[in-house]
Amino acid sequence: MVEEPRAKMIKVYIMGKEYEVPEGLTIMKAMEYAGYRFIRGSGCRAGFCGACGTIFRKKGEYKFRTALACQTTIEDGMYLTELPFVPANKAVYSIGELTAAPATIVSLYPEIARCVSCNTCTKACPQDLQVMDFIQAALRGDVEKAAVLSFDCLQCGLCAARCPADIVHYHVAQLARRLYGKYVSPRSPHLEERNKEIEAGKFDEEMDKFTKMDLEELKKSYTERDIEK
Amino acid sequence: MEIIRGYPDYMRESIEKVEKTRPHRLKATFEQMSLEERDEILNKYHPDYKPEAKREITFGPSKGQRVPHEVADLIEAYPLVDPDQIDLSQIDYDVDILIIGGGGAGTVAALWAHYSGVPLENIVITTKLRHGDSNSMMAQGGIQAADREGDSPPRHYLDAIGGGHFTNKPELVKALTMDAPKIIKWHEELGVMYDKDAQGTMMELAGGGTSRKRMHSSRDYTGMEIMRTIRDEARNLGVQVLEFSPAVELLLDDEGKAAGALLYNMETNQYYVVKAKATILATGGFGRLHVQGFATTNHYGATADGLVMAYHVGANLIDLDSVQYHPTGAAYPEQIVGLLVTEKVRGLGAQPVNKEGELFVYPLEPRDVEAANLIRECYGRDNGITTPTGMRGVWLDSPMIDDLSGEGTIKKNLAAMVRMFERFGIDMTADPLLVFPTLHYQNGGVEINERAETSVPGLFAGGEVEGGVHGKNRLMGNSLLDYNVFGRRAGICAAEYVKKATIGELSLDHVRKYEETLKNAGIKTDRKAPIILPDYRGKQVLSRALDIF
Repeated sequence: MVEEPRAKMIKVYIMGKEYEVPEGLTIMKAMEYAGYRFIRGSGCRAGFCGACGTIFRKKGEYKFRTALACQTTIEDGMYLTELPFVPANKAVYSIGELTAAPATIVSLYPEIARCVSCNTCTKACPQDLQVMDFIQAALRGDVEKAAVLSFDCLQCGLCAARCPADIVHYHVAQLARRLYGKYVSPRSPHLEERNKEIEAGKFDEEMDKFTKMDLEELKKSYTERDIEK
Repeated sequence: MEIIRGYPDYMRESIEKVEKTRPHRLKATFEQMSLEERDEILNKYHPDYKPEAKREITFGPSKGQRVPHEVADLIEAYPLVDPDQIDLSQIDYDVDILIIGGGGAGTVAALWAHYSGVPLENIVITTKLRHGDSNSMMAQGGIQAADREGDSPPRHYLDAIGGGHFTNKPELVKALTMDAPKIIKWHEELGVMYDKDAQGTMMELAGGGTSRKRMHSSRDYTGMEIMRTIRDEARNLGVQVLEFSPAVELLLDDEGKAAGALLYNMETNQYYVVKAKATILATGGFGRLHVQGFATTNHYGATADGLVMAYHVGANLIDLDSVQYHPTGAAYPEQIVGLLVTEKVRGLGAQPVNKEGELFVYPLEPRDVEAANLIRECYGRDNGITTPTGMRGVWLDSPMIDDLSGEGTIKKNLAAMVRMFERFGIDMTADPLLVFPTLHYQNGGVEINERAETSVPGLFAGGEVEGGVHGKNRLMGNSLLDYNVFGRRAGICAAEYVKKATIGELSLDHVRKYEETLKNAGIKTDRKAPIILPDYRGKQVLSRALDIF
C-alpha cells in the first residue's frame, strides 16, 4: 500500500504530465500515489507476470529504457509510460505432433531468420536474459540452449516491442521450452513407476487405514513418523 | 544513515554477528516443536489466534462461522449490481461450462473439461485481469508429489493432515495426494521443465512439515513454468478467454441450480450474460484484503470475489477463520516489503537467525508454526532488527546455501530471488535477507467434496477459492498441487454433469433475497461487494476526487 508522503518529493512525468511523488517508491506505486487506479498494467506486482512492462527516459539522457514498473524505483525527472499490451502473433501447434528436430522452431517462427544480431532485445529485457543468444540458438535448432537461456522469461513483451526484425522472442522461447521439456529432457523413471503402483492399488489399503483412523491414533502416527534428513 | 551494499550501516553490525556464528551453525540443528509446543506458540503469537481479529457470520448457510473482519465486511456488504438494471433475456454466451478465473485452476479445468469431451466452443473462461495473471504464476518453491522410493501418497497424506492440525477433510487430502504423481506426469507430457538430473530423476527438496523430500521445482519459477505451459496449451487448443471481464454475480435458474454468471467488462463498463449448464469457480484467494493490515505476496486481483458470489447463491464456506501467513516475506527494502521469499531458500538450508546471529527455530516447521516463531522472536523476545520505516524482521541466512552445497547453488536454484534483491542493491549470495511473515494464502474457502462440487448444484470449485483440502494450515507445495488436482476434477466432473443438466429460466432473485437478508439482519452499511480490485490511490488524490465522468 502506498505510504504517506515522506520528506522528499520528486517530479515524474507520467505520459508527459508532471506529478510530484515521494522518493523511493516503485514506478507502479508512484503512479498509484499520483492517482492512477490500474485495470491493465498491474498483475502480480512482484516481478513474475510481465503485466507492467514500462518504457522511460531519464532526465538529460538520450537513452530509451525499459523496465518492470513493479520492480523499479522511480527517479527524479523520469518520463515514463506503461505498455498495457504488446500485439504479438503466437504460432499454433499441437505439441504432441512436433519433434525436437533442429528445423521445428524456425518452421513455426520463420521470422527468427530475420534477426540482424543488433542485440536490442537483450538490452530491453528487464530480466537481463541473453535474448539474442536464445533466438540465435533457436535459429540453429539448439532447442536445449534456447530453453535453458530463456527459462526466466516473464513474457512481458518488451523485446518484441523493440525488435527491428519483428520477432516475438517470448513466444519462440515458450515453444523451445516445451520441446525441451517434452522431448529432450529425460522422462522421470520413478514417476512412471509410482503411477503404475497407484493404478495397481498398491497404496489403497494404507490410505484407507489413514482416512478412517480416529484422531488420537492419527496424531500418534503423525508424531512418530520418521523425518528424512 | 549510510547504505553499505544495500543495507543501512546499523544493520551491518548485526550482519557481522550473523557471519560470525555461521561456521558453527552450518553443522547446527534445532529441535522440532512437539504438538503441545506448537499449540502454545500458535495461541500466543500467530495472528490467526487473536479472537479480536474475527467475528461471526450472522446469516446464511455458514452462520456462526468465525471469519476475519475483512471477510465478514464483504459478506455483510450489499451486492454491486442492481438486478433491476440487468436484462437476462439477452444472452451473450450460451455454453456448457463457464469457468470463472483464468489462473491455474481455471486453465486446468478448461483443459480437462475438453479432454473429457466438451467441445471448445462450449467452454468459456472469464477472468479479471489477463489469462495467467494469478497467484499460480507467482508460486516459486515447488509442487509436492510422493513419487520417490521411500515415499508414498499415504505418507504425503499424513504430512498434509498433520500440518493442517487434523482439520482437513480426509477425502480431499486423499484425492490431493493420490492424484499428485498423475499431475506431475501430465505436466511432463505437456513439456514442463522440472529440475531433473541427467537420468531424469527429479531433484526433490524438503518443505516445511514434510517428512520426505518431495518438492518438485523448476528453479524458483515453478509456478510460472507450470502456468505458462498450461496457458500455452490452452492457447494452442483455442480455449475462449474473456480478459478484464470479471464475474460480478452468479446466475441461478428457477430450480436454484447454478446457471452461469453476470460479467462486467472493466474497460467498457458493459455487462455480459453467460448462460452455462455448469459453472466452475476458480477465482483464487483474498490476499489483497490485507487481513489485519498485513502486506501480501498475492497478485493484484486476489480480492475474494468468488467467496462473495458463492455466498450470495447460498454455498457453504469452510475453514475461513484460517489465514496463511508465509513465514518469510521481505521486510527490507521498503519497495518489496511483503513480497515472497520462497520457502525453497530454507529448503536449501538457509536458517532464520536473530539480531545476535542465533538460530532460534527449526527452519522447516509447518508454515503457521514457523511464522509464529518469527513473530515471537521480533515482538516477544525483542530479538528482531528494526527497519528505517519501523518494521521488524529477522535474518534469513541465505549465504549458508552456497557454503553447504557449493558456490553457484543460490544463483542456479534461486534466480528469481537473486534478481529481485539485486534490483534493490542486495546480494543474497553474500548477505542474509531481512524477513517477516506476510499474508500468503486463504486456507479455507467454498466447501467442496472430492468431485469438486460445492453445496449448490452445478457449481464446482477448484484452487485457492475452495476449502477443506488444507484444513487450518497448508503445507508448502500443496497449493500448486491443489489447483491442478481440483481444477482437473472440477473440469472432469463438470463435463460429466453437463451431459444430463438442463437449465431453466435465468434469475438474479437470489441477489434481491440477499439484500433482504442483510436488511432483516439490521446491517446498515454502504459497503458493496465483490470489490474486484483494491484501491491504492494516494489519499490526497482521493480526498479531492469527483465521480462525474
